[in-house]
Amino acid sequence: MILVTVGTQLPFDRLIEIVDGAAPSVAQPVLAQTGCGQYVPRNIEWRQMIDPVEFAEILSRVSLIVAHAGIGTLLMAQKHQKPIIVFPRRASLGEHRNEHQLATVKALETRSGIYVAWTAEDVVGLLGQSLAPPPPLGSDFGKVQLLDKISSFIGGVGHKRDAAPRRPGLARTSERS
Amino acid sequence: MLLRSAIDKYDVLYGTTTLGLAERDGLSDVVYLPDCNRSSITQAARCLAECWRLVRRTKPEVMITTGALPGLFCLVIARFSGARTIWIDSLANFEKPSMSGQFARYFSTLWLTQWENLARPKGPHYYGGLF
Repeated sequence: MILVTVGTQLPFDRLIEIVDGAAPSVAQPVLAQTGCGQYVPRNIEWRQMIDPVEFAEILSRVSLIVAHAGIGTLLMAQKHQKPIIVFPRRASLGEHRNEHQLATVKALETRSGIYVAWTAEDVVGLLGQSLAPPPPLGSDFGKVQLLDKISSFIGGVGHKRDAAPRRPGLARTSERS
Repeated sequence: MLLRSAIDKYDVLYGTTTLGLAERDGLSDVVYLPDCNRSSITQAARCLAECWRLVRRTKPEVMITTGALPGLFCLVIARFSGARTIWIDSLANFEKPSMSGQFARYFSTLWLTQWENLARPKGPHYYGGLF
């Protein structure tokens, strides 16, 4: 299955429409999370919002992701080792507040497993290919360094409450049982 | 949530705008904040009020955020309440720190970027990133 996702904050009907149009000639079923878009797909299965638990479960079994250049989505693709076609939002078309998604894809374009589509034709072309997934992360060095720094900044030995948390006033804080 | 292994040993309260994230990652101590961005002033005001209540009630010693606007609100309020603060600029910003990040520098004890090319002697500092 192919999963299309455009995040949940801003509409991105242009991408949904492109994939919907190409779907009849794609061999696999397609599921789209359309977020706050208005476009109603005709050829693919779609859901407005998928909760994170189910979303992670779906991600684990898809063969390909098609998405906007959202960092959350890119990190998820890396985590689940799925190939991803990335189609950046353009602020010039009112699809985001600034052009940072163009910068993101320029920075990540050369990484294996990430396939950047600049145009609708690129998306359709890439959908017709069999795309290799990213290799397993060779080293977590960057992450380890960052976490070490944060840990040492906070300092102390750390103390964890063992009793149930009592945080008066936080009505929506879920209680540990 | 991706920082968990570094902070799990402390008494941590997570704040997020996304329902269901806590369940996915098996967290019990989570509070939800309304999302907002600079396009809607009324939403931002509502969010700011929630952030205010949250920080004043929980009185954190350290506040860590990657933004965006809700995280910035909490960071500023926490700093004025005497907390030490860490801003980790989102990976989404490769050419320059995010707009909220540029505000955050004045209120963060530790101002970080996840891209080496953005690091400057006076900050943001680079120690590593999630990519």
